[in-house]
Amino acid sequence: MSPVSRGFTPKRRPTGEPSRLPPGQYWTTDFPVLSAGPTPHTPLDEWSFMIDGVVENPVSWPWQEFLALPAETIETDIHCVTKWSKQETSWKGVSLDTLLAGVDTSAEYITAWSDGGYTTNLALEDVTDGKAWVAYEYGGEPLEPEHGGPARLLVPHLYFWKSAKWVRGLTLTADDEPGFWENYGYHNHGDPWLEQRYQGD
Amino acid sequence: MLPDWPRRYRSGQHVDVRLTADDGYQAERSYSIASAPEDEHLVLTVERLDDGEVSPYLVDVLQPGDELELRGPIGGYFVWEESMGGPLVLIGGGSGIVPLRSMLRHWVNTSRTVPVRLLYSARSLGDLIYPDELRGYADSYEQVEVSFALTREWPEGWSGHTGRIDRPLLERLAGSPDDRPNIYICGPTGFVEAAAQWLVAIGHPPERIRTERFGPSGT
Repeated sequence: MSPVSRGFTPKRRPTGEPSRLPPGQYWTTDFPVLSAGPTPHTPLDEWSFMIDGVVENPVSWPWQEFLALPAETIETDIHCVTKWSKQETSWKGVSLDTLLAGVDTSAEYITAWSDGGYTTNLALEDVTDGKAWVAYEYGGEPLEPEHGGPARLLVPHLYFWKSAKWVRGLTLTADDEPGFWENYGYHNHGDPWLEQRYQGD
Repeated sequence: MLPDWPRRYRSGQHVDVRLTADDGYQAERSYSIASAPEDEHLVLTVERLDDGEVSPYLVDVLQPGDELELRGPIGGYFVWEESMGGPLVLIGGGSGIVPLRSMLRHWVNTSRTVPVRLLYSARSLGDLIYPDELRGYADSYEQVEVSFALTREWPEGWSGHTGRIDRPLLERLAGSPDDRPNIYICGPTGFVEAAAQWLVAIGHPPERIRTERFGPSGT
């Protein structure tokens, strides 16, 4: 049990639907930026998105082909492990169901990897059936580099470090292999509703 | 200052502070550790944000003897330990100086071998946190160089940098990429983005540049 903090009488309580705010989070209206290193700027003519690993035939889409894939508009709340949540963000991107449709695999996990060396691991079941996208527009505009542009992973049902910025590919893996933050003490799964922030939660 | 903190931590890490109201409502925020692992007490330095939920409580209400719920230490990437070597280049904006101060104190507390260069940007002289302590390190140790950059107001005759940090300033500060410095940048997003981009443009490998962004979000 948490001790009551003497004299803590918060004036403002979270507004909006409390049922939409995971435990320990607060709503913000801006869009904070967090990343471990410099923002990469990969020219679009050098950009491609690749699926490899435990697959019969790796696939890869250059930027223009990627944009030609069937895209969806996603309206969703997002939740960062640093406690902020943001309501009703709007994205456009390609569902991982679309990207994985032609992929024959026995893998149960993926490692998403990014320009700049970032990685994060996810169970395949957490990114299929309409749960994850590779997004390239935010609020109707091209996704800005500091928010992960040209394209980032979007897995809104998990803490946002799983939504890898500057994503360039998915490597399908038989075993669950911890990614960047997962190796630095953050939770392997990261469900905000279970408050899985750090190892041991 | 927190007595009896039992855990070991590393310079650059943070802790989560959780407040609980009497009806069970909780608010939780992260704060960087300002002390070095060798220091007697764990010290958090908190910038009071007028519209904040946790920082005004920590600055205005909390008294010695009050109970405070902490979790941590957290974070393992934006960390400097003596064994990582240098040269060490520290670039802080506003309250982003806090984890860098911990690294500099850790340097002072250990073998003091690698050169350290600190650049600290704030709005005005009055906004600098720990200016005397930081100047003191530069005066006491040959290997330590400390420079302040003031962006909005500066006293007459101020010999330091004025205005926002720029590429020539960073070129001088970080030295040659051939020296393979360990670079740490902490501050508001715009500051960190600018400094990191320039350092990459100058030729420092991105994997030698560690960043942490904070302060009021969205700045």
